[in-house]
Parts: sequence; structure tokens; C-alpha cells
Amino acid sequence: MTNAALPLSAPGTPSARPVRRRFSWGWLGIVPFLLFAFLFLIAPTFYLVIGSLQNAKGTFTLENFAQLFTPSILQTYENSIEISLVTALAGGLFGFLLAYAVISGGLPGILRSALMTFSGVASNFAGVPLALAFVFTLGRVGLFTIFLRDVLNIDIYGAGFSLYSKIGLEIVYLYFQFPLMVLIIAPAIDGLKKDWREAAENMGASSFQYWRRVALPILMPSLLGTMILLFGNSFGAQATAYQLTGGFIDIVTIAISRQMRGDVLYDPNLGYALAMGMVIIMAISIAGYSLLQRRSERWLK
Amino acid sequence: MPFLELTGIQKRFGDVAAVHNFDLAIEPGEFVSFLGPSGCGKTTTLRMIAGFERPTAGTIVVNGTDITHKAPNQRNVGMVFQSYALFPNMTVADNVGFGLKVRRRSKDQIHKRVSELLELIHLPDKASRYPWQLSGGQQQRVALARALAIEPQVLLLDEPLSALDAKIRVSLRNEIRAIQRQLGITTVYVTHDQEEALSLSDRIVVMSEGRIEQIGTPFEIYNFPSTGFVARFVGTLNVVSAKVLDPTAGTLEAAGQPIRAAGPISGGHPGDALTVALRPEIISLGARDGMNQLSGVVDDVTFLGAIVRVRIRFSDDSGAISFDTFNNPHLAVPDRGTAITISFPPEACLVLDRAEIAAAAAPEDLDAA
Repeated sequence: MTNAALPLSAPGTPSARPVRRRFSWGWLGIVPFLLFAFLFLIAPTFYLVIGSLQNAKGTFTLENFAQLFTPSILQTYENSIEISLVTALAGGLFGFLLAYAVISGGLPGILRSALMTFSGVASNFAGVPLALAFVFTLGRVGLFTIFLRDVLNIDIYGAGFSLYSKIGLEIVYLYFQFPLMVLIIAPAIDGLKKDWREAAENMGASSFQYWRRVALPILMPSLLGTMILLFGNSFGAQATAYQLTGGFIDIVTIAISRQMRGDVLYDPNLGYALAMGMVIIMAISIAGYSLLQRRSERWLK
Repeated sequence: MPFLELTGIQKRFGDVAAVHNFDLAIEPGEFVSFLGPSGCGKTTTLRMIAGFERPTAGTIVVNGTDITHKAPNQRNVGMVFQSYALFPNMTVADNVGFGLKVRRRSKDQIHKRVSELLELIHLPDKASRYPWQLSGGQQQRVALARALAIEPQVLLLDEPLSALDAKIRVSLRNEIRAIQRQLGITTVYVTHDQEEALSLSDRIVVMSEGRIEQIGTPFEIYNFPSTGFVARFVGTLNVVSAKVLDPTAGTLEAAGQPIRAAGPISGGHPGDALTVALRPEIISLGARDGMNQLSGVVDDVTFLGAIVRVRIRFSDDSGAISFDTFNNPHLAVPDRGTAITISFPPEACLVLDRAEIAAAAAPEDLDAA
């Protein structure tokens, strides 16, 4: 016979009480981060939003946003978007091919660690040092330019190339774009199972059919997602472009700095509105990246 | 005439020989399992049939055609992978129809065949699901349907059940066998699970270190192992040290007590040390006339549900023997420390030769298994 009415707690033991959660000292560890995020991310963003909706006298207005649609400002957005698109596509494609060759191309394993180390460094090499490095190598009297001209008799500047042009800026951006692609796409390539290729071959698929129907569709969310990230990376760059072209190429980040600290065009509220435009474009990019990344993770886990 | 014939197959990876002189002829519609421990070369051999590995030497002939140097996509051999290898970007229907699509079959043909196969694997309502929405067992059934969709000449299965839990494994293996019989497809199955191999196969190829140890029916492999390795690897086994008394009469001394083998001990001399292997299920409790008898003391009793396993130890420290008896409510289970006698027929003594003694397991092997 079983006892159907067993008490929940044995006699003499304390009755069930709501368990009081003990304070975790772990919270203390994230205080510096929260403080940092508030001071340098949340507060400035709030300031930016408010500022973009005010004029110089502090009156609330939408005039700054209306100015974003003037031809000169639209041109800066167009330049930024074009440069970001070109470097995202070229960096993405080049980075993917490079990563695939090193990870799955049957090359010696040491190449992978060398490429990853280089990519880790190069993807963070930007701003003034990067611009100067390119000036010293591919500038009008750069080392490589002179070598090409004097040794190989190829005058790239005579042929119309200029490092200080849009294409020059794109080449410089590619220096940090493709390593970033390598770093982010490598796990996705690792996730491409050898069994999938073998299963496809086993069922009669050629290499082309495998890539078209299996590998590329599986990698596509990662590829597109990473390219969106590259787009955002390039879209937000300022120091490299400013150092290289001295503001000659009108991109949004340079236009913002001109409005914030220029002697002639000083209009910080318009600068805030320009920045808000960037925030919106970046937010769309990040949302797209997250969406694609989620799909990719589901497939590659 | 065999349907699948492997002749003199060898495979080397650098200095390491993975498969040595592998010869096998498989009849049409036969279900053959490659059984062996990890690294014995069974998967490598299967992959050579599929074309994913190229043999260092030897030939592979399917239905009279030499496919040794054909690319994997030109062999028309279906393979089911241990990891399922379903394409995550495709639905179940697209996965099953993939092979037909790359063969440029019409949409109607593909639809018809996919429907047939989904019925066959009992998943007709899962056509529009993605692999990640299925359980492991369902995924493996889809993988089987995908391999069968192209109507392959030979079906290869590489440890298809090893990633599944025990209950699903048993039901799915029965399903695989039923489908194989229904379609009459020549099948090669790789496993390290002896129970799987014994229950599924028409014939088993037991492999060790890249070599074939024995080829035979499950009955032959289990009851008449031709090497110590097979005896040890297939089923559970007691291994006891013995000494030859009279090789012509086939008498031995084990645990200080005389026993008899089924026949003469070829090449043996009085006093030679040998090893005798005994299956636990052939030993019975109590003294029985006309059978070998050994007396010892009960060392341990383990209740395994349907079976009760008893281990007895001998006075001369020559080791222990375990035996199984079916459980029933009236069973008089001996207590630990009780002196008992066990009996077994002479035919149950598997006399291992000297070379096999080194390979044979320690006397406690059964308990480890």
C-alpha cells in the first residue's frame, strides 16, 4: 500500500518560503562597462537625437533633416554608399576566396594561422597610420610607384591613377576590409561539412552543381551578412579618408566633421542630423546582418 | 556471379597501411556488414567503394563494371552518412529529390519518386520540413530515402545509427533491414556494434588492423570464431588459462580441474599452456553428466533485468568465469561466497592457439564488456 498523502516537507522542517535571492557580487564587475556605455554611447546618442531636432537657438525644428535632402548632402551620402558598396563587395569576394583557399583548399595548415594572425592585425589597421603607409608606398612619390616607374617602366600616375581619388580611397579601405571578411567568414567556411560535398557527389552532382545548389546557398547568409558588416565598417570610416584626401572626397563622415568644427560651415545641428542619417543606415545594416547571421547559424550548427 | 567484388584492395595513407589485401565478393541483394573496432579500416573500405578514397592497389567491380577509377558522381552508389549529411538549406522533399534534380529528371518524375520514398520511410507528412525540424531518427530515414532515390546499384551505410539513442537505434535498424529486403538492394553496412551486425546481416566481415579476420554468417561468426580476435570482439567471452593434458583426446586442465575440448588439440603437446574461451550463455549452473564441470566460489552476482550474471572464482587463482542465467521469480540465486559447480559442453571450449593468446582478453574481460 502506498501513502497517498505524504506531506511536502518532513515534520519539524521549515515550511516553504519564497527564496530570497542573494546579491551577486558579479554585478560589480560590469559596472565599468555600464558606466562607459552610458557616458560614451547612450548619453551622446541622446544628445545627438535632441541636437538634430534643434536649431542654433535651441528651438525644436525638422529643418536639419530637410537639409539632408539638398543636392550637396545627398552627394556625400551617395559617395559614402558607393565607396562602402565597392569595398564591401570587393573585400567580401577577395576575402572569401582567400579564406576558402586557405581553409578548405588543401594548403598547408601553417598558412591558415599566418593568415588569421595577419587578418587580426590588418583589420584593425586604419586611420592615419594606414593612410600614411599607402602614401609612402602608392603615393605620387611612393616606394612602389617609383619602383614601377623606374624599374618596370609603368607610370601609374601617368596612366590616370591617383591614390587621392575615390578609387585610391577604395584600395586603401580594402586593406582592412578583406582581412575583416577573412576573420568573420572563416567559421562559416569551417562549418561547411565535408559530408555535404560527398553526399552531393554521391548523388551524381558535379562540383559546379554542388556549389550552386548546396555550398553557396548555405554560405549565402554568412556572405551577405558579412558584406553588410563590411559596408558598415567602411561607411563609418573617417580618419583614413580625411588623412588621405584632406577632405577632397566628400563623404558623410568628413561632412559631419566639417559641420562640427569648420570655420565656414559651422552648423553642429546639421552635423547631428547627418550623423542621425548614418545611424539609420548603420542600424539597417546591423539588423540585416543579425537576421542573416541567425539563419546561417541555424544551418551551420 | 558476385554483384560487388573487391579484389586485392589495399589502401595506404603515407606510411600507414589502412587496408591490406581485402578480397570480398557480395551476391546480388545481399546485406553484408563490416564489423570491427575504430581504425580497423572498415570505413576506409566503404569509402573506396563510394569513390571518396582511391585504392592504392586492387579493383572494385560492380555488376561486371570496373569502377575503381570512376569519380564518385559516376558510380551510382548510394551512401548514408553517420552525420546524416542532409543539406540544411533544403526541405525534406528537396533533399530526397536532389539526386534526381542533378540528373535533370522532370518535375513530375521527381515528385512521384519523392512521394514514394517518403511513404517508404513513413514520413509522407514531413516533405516541407527542414532537417533541423526533424529528430535524429527522422533525419537518418530521410538520408536513407535520399540515397535510395537515385536507384543505386549498391547501398552503403556508414555507421548510420551510431548518433541515435538506443531505442531508436533498434527500431530504425529493423526498418533499414525491412526496406533493404523489400527493395532487394545489395547493401554494405559499416558498424562497430556487434549486435547491429549480428541482427542485420546476411554475412559479416570482421576486420582488425586493416585485415579481414573472418567472413561468415552471423551464426558462424558467433559460434565458430576462427581467430582469437573474432572470439573476443563478437559477443562477450570468458578467457581462462589452461594446460594441455592429452592433445589426442583433447583433454586440458583449467583452474586445476580437468576439462575436455570438442576434438584433438592440433599441434599441442602435453604441458603446453593454452587459452580457452567460453561464451557466458552456454554455461549452466550445477553439475551435469557428460559435460565439463568446474567448481569454484561465487564472487559476485549482478542483476541485469532479464539476465542474472554470476561470477565465480577458482581456488588456484587462475581467474574468474562469468555466466548468465535467465531471470525468473523462482530462480535460486547463489549467495556470494557459496561453493558451486558449473557445467558446459566440450563444444563450448574455444581453444585459442598460442599466437592468439597474446591478443586474447584478460580473464576479467567479460566484466569489462
